[in-house]
Amino acid sequence: MLSILRTLWNIFLHAFQRRETVQYPEEKPYLPPRHKGRIILTRDPDGGERCVACYLCAVACPVACISLQATEDETGRRYPEFFRINFSRCIFCGYCEEACPTYAIQLTPDFEMAEYHRQNLVYEKEDLLMSGPGKRPGYNFWRVSGVKIGGKDKGEAENEAPPVDLHSLLP
Amino acid sequence: MNPIVKSLIILFLVIFIPLNVAAGLIWLERRLLALWQDRYGPNRVGPFGLLQVLADMIKIFFKEDWIPPFADKPVFVIAPAVIMVTVLMSYTVVPWAPGATVADMNIGLLFFLAMSSLGVYSIVLAGWASASKYSLLGGLRASAQMLSYEVFMGLSLMGTVLLAGSFRLSDIVAAQRHMWFVIPQFLGFILFLIAGLAETRRLPFDLPEAESELVAGFHSEYSGMKFGMFFVGEYLGVILISAMITVLFFGGWQGPWLPPIVWFVVKTLFFICLFILLRAALPRPRFDQLMSWGWKIMLPLALLNLLVTGAVVLAARP
Ligand code: SF4
Ligand code: SF4
Repeated sequence: MLSILRTLWNIFLHAFQRRETVQYPEEKPYLPPRHKGRIILTRDPDGGERCVACYLCAVACPVACISLQATEDETGRRYPEFFRINFSRCIFCGYCEEACPTYAIQLTPDFEMAEYHRQNLVYEKEDLLMSGPGKRPGYNFWRVSGVKIGGKDKGEAENEAPPVDLHSLLP
Repeated sequence: MNPIVKSLIILFLVIFIPLNVAAGLIWLERRLLALWQDRYGPNRVGPFGLLQVLADMIKIFFKEDWIPPFADKPVFVIAPAVIMVTVLMSYTVVPWAPGATVADMNIGLLFFLAMSSLGVYSIVLAGWASASKYSLLGGLRASAQMLSYEVFMGLSLMGTVLLAGSFRLSDIVAAQRHMWFVIPQFLGFILFLIAGLAETRRLPFDLPEAESELVAGFHSEYSGMKFGMFFVGEYLGVILISAMITVLFFGGWQGPWLPPIVWFVVKTLFFICLFILLRAALPRPRFDQLMSWGWKIMLPLALLNLLVTGAVVLAARP
């Protein structure tokens, strides 16, 4: 009986306490930079597309909402011909970002993506691609990888020794 | 003024005001619950969210009025009306202010008790006619709960009747000119408060609907305005019990300085808020606990209260 009265009194005292609600549209909560929200495709510091169309994100995606088609430019550099994310299926798990070997695909702290038509939630490459390097400034996959593309031969990447001339090893 | 016109005006007001206040209570309850749970509650539609009720009403009127094919149709339709009618009938005897009552019956209190007992038919019939097991369980619980709480609800009020010497509610209010009955009848007040909670099926005594156990209890199968009628009936019941507590234990319209009707409204509002606080604070008891409290604690206490009051009244008589 006493405990009931005490409960009533304690609950009544809550009338004078601060309310926890965040009045959302007027008052935006802080989201940390690593919050998993709207997905973007980033560029390397030289302005080239980072994505090498390796399909790893599409494979990692548990709901199979990424679809893309690889192609190559005349210098041998791979890039996606189209890159499409269906955000009406995406569960924002971040697996695509984990899988990506080039830091191309990244999740951002933006979540206000409401649309009146479901079709508008399918984002094409133009919608996804942004101008900067996102969370990984300074990283350029083609500069560190040993793959040969136009303008960069074998052995010219950062921290890479020039290839050994096998013939010079002959006794 | 012509007495017929006067009665008609009072009649209109007594139907019109409680129905609107009952709708407003939905807003009040949500805001107060939110206040006590450190939230805001509805605050978007209109000033302070006051128009939320209106929006909800418009929505509920446009909902599909669905009667399940397996239900017992006539009974299913009548059940929500029963609760509204019985509760509104009880309002006829409530003395709002001196002379402002629809029917100042000499058996007013008995009429109130009778009507509130009839209200349980609505719940039981709704549970039965829905032909679904959750509804039926809710209906069964309601009947058991009402049976056990009805008994001491009546008994707890007999103390005030003994003190006032009348079943007429205006006489009971008049008899409290010098002392509110809550002082000599404190036990009776507590018992009536508990019984009133059980009677209106409010938390913590909402076992007939018990969302966490029975979906929505007796009104699981209801939708649209039929569902709304149960809700309005419940809120009407809350207002009624608060008004009756005011009349029977807190001197009704009596109070200094302010006009009588203001006193009545203020006191009633206080008890409505108390009802909401109880809902915010207390958990729902188990069903067997509910029953055993009713029969093993409340009923003996009510009888004891009646006995002692009767003895005192008898001894004090010259
Ligand atoms: S966040 Fe998860 S669900 Fe969304 S695209 Fe990436 S892998 Fe797929
Ligand atoms: S975004 Fe990353 S993982 Fe996906 S195809 Fe492009 S490079 Fe591969």
